[in-house]
Formats: sequence, structure tokens, C-alpha cells
Amino acid sequence: MPETQCSRTVRLVNAQGFHLRPAKLFVELASKFGSTIEVIKDDVRIDGKSILSILTLAAPQGALLSLVAQGADAQAAVDALATLIESGFDEAQVVYPASE
Amino acid sequence: MKFSDFVKAETIVPELVATDKAGVIRELVASLVEHGQIKADEFESIFEAIMTREELGSTGIGRGVAVPHTKHASVDQLIGTVGVSSNGVDFQSLDGEKVQLVFLLVSPPDRPGDHLRALENISRQLHDETFCRFLKQSKSAGDIQQVLEEADNNQYVS
Repeated sequence: MPETQCSRTVRLVNAQGFHLRPAKLFVELASKFGSTIEVIKDDVRIDGKSILSILTLAAPQGALLSLVAQGADAQAAVDALATLIESGFDEAQVVYPASE
Repeated sequence: MKFSDFVKAETIVPELVATDKAGVIRELVASLVEHGQIKADEFESIFEAIMTREELGSTGIGRGVAVPHTKHASVDQLIGTVGVSSNGVDFQSLDGEKVQLVFLLVSPPDRPGDHLRALENISRQLHDETFCRFLKQSKSAGDIQQVLEEADNNQYVS
């Protein structure tokens, strides 16, 4: 298959932003693809398969993120990752405990 | 955000005694209670909340580091501390490595931005091998405090 580059810009919708659990979900999904995946926020460009790198974005709710994939499965990777971000990482289902 | 914004030197645990995840978390929360950072009667609630969060997925992020955390209504600002385990503890990390460095965070429920900025600071510094190595080699709270201060002064990453 030919090497292709695909990109898409998505808005982070979940209230808590790109914290650890979403970062892990993102990296787990990104790692299923052979393509290289980068995430760009403002002028920062990072490896989309590294949890540490994603956490350095400190992207809050509403942040615009560009996903750039390069490789044979670039289109599928960008589509899947954009869908994950737009789903809000199912965050609404996570209930955080709090004191009374 | 800097380490000095959320880690009080006296709460640092330079040699964790516990040898399992729950024990390490208990030890660090106890240190926060002991040094007046969280209320004693919130100890169990905060400990349980952090363990519940771990059940959603380990906070072991690789490179021998874990970031157990929770939101909790009893704190009005982000509170954190650091513990070092020279032998390492199994945290069910993604990369399967034992955890030697633990950054524990408790944040107010309504301030997701502070939590993100603390994670940003920790992960940015962890990119530097020297920072990780110095922390893991630290033998005293003073050593750890010094490495964190140097990190705050951008001595490890630009």
C-alpha cells in the first residue's frame, strides 16, 4: 500500500481535557496503527503514541488538535482517533468520588 | 505550573516502605495528613478514591513512574507529594516496568486545568533522563526537593 499522509483537526469536547485516562485511551488506539501519528496543538507537535508527550500538551476542553498520520493506514488512523476524541472518551460515564 | 506550587518538601517520602501499590498510596496519603496538607478524617475517603481511580486503569505511565490521583471535595487547591521506592513496586503499568517514582495528586473537583498543568509539568520533566535518574537515586527528602527545585528552574529541560 502506498504511504499516505492524512490530517484532521478536531476539538477536544470532554470537560476534563486531555488528562491521563484519555491520553492512555488515545495512545492505545494510536498504537494499533502502523502509521506515525502526531498531534499538533498551537505550535507544539508531539508523538501521538507517547502518553508522556500527550500529557505535555495540557490540552483543556475546547482545545483544537490537529491529527497528522503518515503511513499505509493513515486515513483509518486519523478517522479512528478523531472519532475517539469527538466521543469525549466516554468521560460522562466516569463518576469521581467526592467527600460528603 | 511548578513542583513548588503543589509539593511541600516536608511531605516527600524518600524511601517508601510499602511494597505494593495500595501500601504506597496509603503511605503517601498518610504523609499528607501528617504534615497538615489534608485533614485526618478525610484519609480513608481520599485513599479509597485514589484506589477507585486506579481500578479504571493504572496510572503507571512508563519510565518507572506512576501518578495516582483523585479529585476530592475536601481540598481547595491542588495538593501533591512524591515518593521514591528504590526496589520498585508493581503498579500494573502499561510497559510492565516496576514503579520507582510516585507523584500523588489530590485536586479540587472544579479545577481540571490545575490537574492538567500538574500532569504537564511532571510529564515534561520526565522526558529528561537525568531528571528521572536523579530522582530515583535520591536518598533523602532534601535530595528530592533539590532535584524538584532544579526542575522548576528549568535545569533539565528547556
